[in-house]
Parts: sequence; C-alpha cells; structure tokens
Amino acid sequence: MSTALTQKTAAAGAQITLTRCAKSFRTHKALQPLDLQINAGETLALLGPSGCGKTTTLRIIAGLETPDDGGTVMYDGVDVTNVPIERRNVGMVFQSYALFPNMNVLENVKYGLRVRDYSASNANSRASEMLAMMRIEDLAQRRINELSGGQRQRVALARALAPQPRVLLLDEPLAALDARLRDVLRVEIDRLLRSLGITAIYVTHDQSEAMALGDRIAVMNNGVIAQIGTPEEIYFHPADAFVGDFVGTMNSIEHNGKRFTFRPEDIDLVDPTSATFTGTVTQRLFLGDHVQLAVSIDGASSDAPVTIRVRARNSPSLNDKIGLKLQPLTRLARDTH
Amino acid sequence: MLRKDNKLHLLLIAPVAISFLAFFLIPLARLFLIGGSGENGWLAYLSAFTEPRYIESMLTTLLLSTLVTAVTLAISGVAGVFLARNQFKGHAALTAMLTLPLAFPGVVIGFMIIMLGGRQGLVPTVTDWISGERIVFAYSLVGLFIGYVYFSIPRTILTVMAAAEKLDPRLEEAARSLGAKPLQVVAHVVVPALYPAFLAAGAICFATAMGAFGTAFTLATKINVLPMVIYTEFTMQANIAMAAALSFVLGLITWLALALARSLTGAGVAAAA
Repeated sequence: MSTALTQKTAAAGAQITLTRCAKSFRTHKALQPLDLQINAGETLALLGPSGCGKTTTLRIIAGLETPDDGGTVMYDGVDVTNVPIERRNVGMVFQSYALFPNMNVLENVKYGLRVRDYSASNANSRASEMLAMMRIEDLAQRRINELSGGQRQRVALARALAPQPRVLLLDEPLAALDARLRDVLRVEIDRLLRSLGITAIYVTHDQSEAMALGDRIAVMNNGVIAQIGTPEEIYFHPADAFVGDFVGTMNSIEHNGKRFTFRPEDIDLVDPTSATFTGTVTQRLFLGDHVQLAVSIDGASSDAPVTIRVRARNSPSLNDKIGLKLQPLTRLARDTH
Repeated sequence: MLRKDNKLHLLLIAPVAISFLAFFLIPLARLFLIGGSGENGWLAYLSAFTEPRYIESMLTTLLLSTLVTAVTLAISGVAGVFLARNQFKGHAALTAMLTLPLAFPGVVIGFMIIMLGGRQGLVPTVTDWISGERIVFAYSLVGLFIGYVYFSIPRTILTVMAAAEKLDPRLEEAARSLGAKPLQVVAHVVVPALYPAFLAAGAICFATAMGAFGTAFTLATKINVLPMVIYTEFTMQANIAMAAALSFVLGLITWLALALARSLTGAGVAAAA
C-alpha cells in the first residue's frame, strides 16, 4: 500500500535558496541578512527560542512576508520573491491547525483541490487517498470541533499535502499537543516526510523534535543562524555555548586550571580512586529509566554543580561522595578552542 | 427540596414576566384591538394587505431596509475587519467617531443629508460646477437610503469588529497557501466566520431601518415608507384604527424577519473557532 501511495503522492520537492533575506518590523530587526539553502527533498529544522527569527524565516519562504529590499527567495533557481503565497504551491501546517470550522474533514482536505479547479471525481479520489495516508478515513464526514488535537493535525497534514505542494512548511505543528501524542505524531511525520521525499521546513523550539526529524538543523538566535548542520554535528560539535545549551544540557567547569565541557551522558560513575573528578550529590531526581544527579565537584572553581545521568538501579543517594570519569572520545570539539 | 427550587424559579422569572406583560403583551394586544375598532372593523388588517397604497409602501420599506442592511454589512464588514486587524495612531478615536451617529436623532441625520444632497447642498453644487446640472437626491429614496446607511453603520460595526478580533489570521493564511485567491479567501473563510455576527448585526440594522421615522420625516413628503404612512393616517386623516393596524403589521413583518434570521443563525455554525 505505502509504495503505491508514495508514487502517486510524491511531489517534486523544490530546492529553496534564500539570499540576503532580512526582515524588519518598524524599528525591530527580526532577521539579520541571511543566506540559506535547502536541498530538494531535504527536511530542515529551524530551531531556536521564541523571537529568534525562525517563524519569520518560514514565513518569508512561504511568501507570507516579503524580505527587506535586497533579499531574494528562489524555488529551483526561479526568483519567487514577489510571487504571492497562493501561486507558490506550498503546503502549510500551523500550531493552531487552522482548519476551516465551516467545513467538515473531507471538505477541508479537498479545499486546495477545489480552488485549483480539480474535477469533482479527481478531487474526491485524491482526498480519499490523503485520508487513507493519514489513517483518518473514518473521520471524513466529521465536523472540525468534534476532533481531538491529534486528529486535527492529521487533517491539517492531509489538507496541506493534497495539492502536491513543492515544499511543506510546518510551524510548530506539535506544540499544542500533549507529550504522549506529540511522540506518536512525531513518528508519523517522520514516516511521511521520508516516504514522500518532499522538501520540508520544520519550525520548532523543541530540540528533540528538531533532532528526530531534521536532516539538518539550523539553530537560530537573535535573528541569525548560530549554526547549521546535521543533528550529530549540532549536538556533538556545537559552534558556541548558546547552541550547546539549547540542544541539550551542557556542563562546563574549571578544574585545576583546565576547562571541561561535556554532556550529562558523557561521564561515568567510577570508583573515586580512578576518577577524573570527585564530588558530592546535591540533588537526585528519579526519572524511571534513569536518575539525574546534580554533583558538586571538589576543587572546581565555580560553585555550579554539574548535571549527570546514570542508570536508575544501584544509583548513588543524596550527599553520597562519588567519583566521575569523562569518557575519552566524547569530549566536545570546543574543549580544544 | 424540589418545591423550594420551583418557588425560587418563579420568583426569578417574575421580573421578566412582569416587564414582558407590561411593556410588550398588553400594549401590543391593545394596539391589535384598536386596529380592529375602526369603521371597517377587522377589515382594516385585510386592507393593509390589499390596498395598493399600503402594499406599495410596505414593499418600498422592505426593499429599502433590505438594501440598507446589505450595503451596511458590506461596509461594516470591510471596515470592521480592517479596524480589528490594524493598530494605528488614532485607532481609538476613529472607532469612537464611527459610533457617533448613534447619538443623533433621525432629524439631524435628515438635515445632514439635505446639506449633502439638497437643493443648495454640496453634491449639487459640485455637479453644477462640473457638468452644469444640479443632481439633487436628498428628497428621495436615495437620500433616505444614504441616511439610513449612515446611522446603521455604528449599529453593526462594533459587532463585526468583535467577531473579527476572534478570527484566526492563520485561517486566511492556510486558505492562501492552498491556492485561494483573495476574493476566494473572503468568500470561503472570512464571511463564513463572520456569518453569525453578520446575522445578529443585520437583524438590528434591518429592524431599525423598518421603523425609522425621523429621517424620512425631515427629508420629504413624497417618501412613502411605512412609518410615514402610519404617521399620515394617524395625524392627517385621524384614522387611528388604520394607523394601529399598520403598526401591528409593521411589527409583525419585522418580527418575522428577525425570527428567520435567528433560526438561520442557529443552523449555521459558529465559525469563529
């Protein structure tokens, strides 16, 4: 089933190129001049805190905002800077779902086909294909206010993909869902993006979503791209302290005049005699599959404790004296700076 | 326990019952009876629907009110969405000014129309200067129409603004991303979302236009709207029974139109999510 669907639904993903795209709102500069290339069929995650410019970047790509003078947006090498969104053939998915409440599920999915003058039979077959792909055939006649959040987002995805867009733009699509549903839909979106091979841009403030879904991640801060790269590059070789902290917990201590920077999972509990550091457990959070410990390191110049994660069974108790050893190959690139 | 509750409910419903009786049911029943007390008895009600003069007046009034409602909703719709979506200097002052006509009696509005389109008015002076012909429209249905639209806008624009503020701009963006052209976005997304507000505001606008009197009275003698006919029957002809019968019919028609609008709202979906 899925291969047949894939062939019919596969849209030619566009390559997208932004050149010197900046955006100012009155006096506020939301986006510094930015160059960005998204390859055909690639999923790029735009990751950053709120106000970092990620949504503005998405809206410029969509055609909902125009870049300041001098910036250009190209789809497959064709300048679309001044082409309005309705003629760019994009699919959009919003955090608030933005489903039309005056139409039922099927009418929502068919909307993009209706305004493109598809014949009734073509529109119907395409729409039922989309409903099948998102596994929501049973909901076709439901009203939008009868759907759960997860069902709404499936409808929104079906609606966005129905007219075979050249690029799929997702603006925090899972942010309004509860944690369990978020995990389920994340897997679903991953399956969808891989099988369709469509160019996709995924805006999120959640680093685990970005790492799970992005072929590459652009971490943004204050209107600039702080780093762009594969999830592994971003996580293991963050370009600066902001990126390091944003994509996960980062420990940084000075010990015997040397700075150590490491992730919580990069340090092991060992016998104090063979340890790199010794310290005292000052906080202990039991999280089921693991325990998160805050450890105050002996002889560290700063008082901030480091965060480590250890297996839950036989883990140290509060105020225990423990020994820690850094794994040899996991020290981050910026230690050498 | 139950009995106590029932007593309390009776007590709570009493003010509604009393005001409904005193200010609505009794006067209306009285009016209805007076309508049948003339020389021709209950035939007065029949003649309201048979005599050409009354039929014409009724149709004119209905047509005028419908047209006024449609044009007012179109203007208030565009202006209301704009005001709800855009913040600028003087926004509050402009919104307040748009509601100003509510304070004017119909006579003042009639006077304004005369200044605009009367024999010595602004528009005739300008058209005279341009083409040598004075276009006077104040003393006709056109003048009345403009006056009614003018005082209907404040009655509708605030309702539309409140509904437009609740309208998620993402809905329009979603429609555009799917390929909808601007007019399609308005027809498929904005109007359905504002539909309940349009019906509510339109009902008030329609009812007001049906019963408006002061403006018509100020503008002309030859304007044949129903409130003017009632006034003429009452004062000039001293035909109190006919005036009462026509008043009752006017109320009935307006009530029917409003009830129809209400049932349509019930059937429609509150599209503002």
